[in-house]
Amino acid sequence: MTAVLEISGLGKTYKSGHRALAGVDLSIEKGEIFALLGPNGAGKTTLISIVCGIVTPSEGTVTVGGHDHARDYRAARSMIGLVPQELHTDSFETVMATVTFSRGLFGKPRDPAFIEQLLKDLSLWDKRGSKIMELSGGMKRRVMIAKALSHEPEILFLDEPTAGVDVELRRDMWNMVRGLRERGVTIILTTHYIEEAEEMADRVGVITRGKLILVEEKNALIKKLGRKTLTLNLAEPLDAVPAELADWTLELAGEGHELVYEFDSQAEATGVPSLLRRMTDIGIAFKDLHTRQSSLEDIFVGLVHEPRDGEGAAA
Amino acid sequence: MIGNVRGIRAIYMFEMARFGRTVWTSLMLPVITTTLYFVVFGSAIGSRMSDVSSVPYGAFIVPGLMMLTMFTESISNASFGIYMPKWTGTIYEMLSSPMSPLELLIAYVGAAATKSVIIGAIIFATAHLFVDIQVAHPLLMVGFMVLMAVTFCLFGFIIGIWAQSFEQLQVIPLLVVYPLTFLGGAFYSLDMLPAAWRAVTLFNPVVYLISGFRWTFFGQGDVAIEVSMGAVALFLALCLGLIFWMFRTGYRLKN
Repeated sequence: MTAVLEISGLGKTYKSGHRALAGVDLSIEKGEIFALLGPNGAGKTTLISIVCGIVTPSEGTVTVGGHDHARDYRAARSMIGLVPQELHTDSFETVMATVTFSRGLFGKPRDPAFIEQLLKDLSLWDKRGSKIMELSGGMKRRVMIAKALSHEPEILFLDEPTAGVDVELRRDMWNMVRGLRERGVTIILTTHYIEEAEEMADRVGVITRGKLILVEEKNALIKKLGRKTLTLNLAEPLDAVPAELADWTLELAGEGHELVYEFDSQAEATGVPSLLRRMTDIGIAFKDLHTRQSSLEDIFVGLVHEPRDGEGAAA
Repeated sequence: MIGNVRGIRAIYMFEMARFGRTVWTSLMLPVITTTLYFVVFGSAIGSRMSDVSSVPYGAFIVPGLMMLTMFTESISNASFGIYMPKWTGTIYEMLSSPMSPLELLIAYVGAAATKSVIIGAIIFATAHLFVDIQVAHPLLMVGFMVLMAVTFCLFGFIIGIWAQSFEQLQVIPLLVVYPLTFLGGAFYSLDMLPAAWRAVTLFNPVVYLISGFRWTFFGQGDVAIEVSMGAVALFLALCLGLIFWMFRTGYRLKN
């Protein structure tokens, strides 16, 4: 695998003094789907805007397909398609005109057959003669995607692609992203819907307060930071965790009706069988039990909300 | 510096299509304005005016009238052209595209200047219906017209980048350029003014531009043609310098 995008030491301080990004290093492999997760205002859009040439970085370098994105900006930008978060469109243009315009803007020769296929893939072909202002929000989003793909980019940035998008379009978009990946297109998406990252991404980066705090294979991340919980629904409520069960870290929930045991599923001895044996021995009966693997969301919330060195819990 | 000719063409055609959508108002406006001016200044007042340096008054106002409309049209078209993408947010696409600043400039200013020259030509043609005009230096006249259109479109481009509201977009053309042009000898010769006012008027840069254009028509102007040419070159250089600085610093285009 070769890196198609190399970011090193990237930082941005806005004129207002706001430090939006600090010391970001990131390497994106060709053909992968990378999800950048982070709360609102974490710096996701700033990072994308710098790579795409819309925001000038304060420090650091970006290399796209081996081309420095400032010195060799033509080659670098030709490889990139961007679908921004906001629906910025020319209201009076037709779908066909605006998509053809985008292809020309990126210096590609006209290719009506390619544009036709692109519009068909995005269910826009029937609307090709409509003015953009006549389209619904979801359709406008499709137009933005068609514009970004009109010049056949090798890297596609999707900034919050499914924010405010209905279920059908979201499913279509996921299918489209998978299709693009099969053709070797690298996709970098930002989202604060964790399920999106969980569904689509190969790797996940977590960004918060302008810092990339973690980059990891999605599955490895869930494995590594994932916890399992066992919940036992008790036959009789308890007032406190019995002293006989002090060897396990247990909590009472549901007004004493539930006993919750959190364990590391990767550990050799999970402690589950011994716990159940001991409970039978001391006569605590349970009606039901279930286990739950923590999702990317739990991990993410844990990472982002954990107060770090010197910062108060309120931060 | 220029490598993306297809990109230039895409923006140029986009801008021309935008003008095309309002083609009737765009073309009728100069025709109607010219007609009104000729009815009022040409026929009603002009018939009572004596010739200006042996040029009939009706013909005398034609260059000024062309310049007056072309200045305001150039500024408003070029400023609107670059302000709209900023306002709607579609500027993201220009900034993320492999277009150099010079290419963006050529495309936007080229399209706006094309429209201005067309409008100038329409005014010239309409004026022919009312008065008999002989152009002494036709080539220079066309050259001057194109140069003025480009220069004022560059100026408009600067305003479009600088403006942060529609009000700011309007304020320079309406409150500065229009009065300066009106008082810049569009409808009179400086000789008609009392000496004191003539001296004040010489501080108005537009005087030199209109005088130069009138020279290409009648072989005479308020100031020497060399002075006019110098003023045009100076204004052009100022605009280019300012735009160069804006692009280098990303002024109001990039964060």
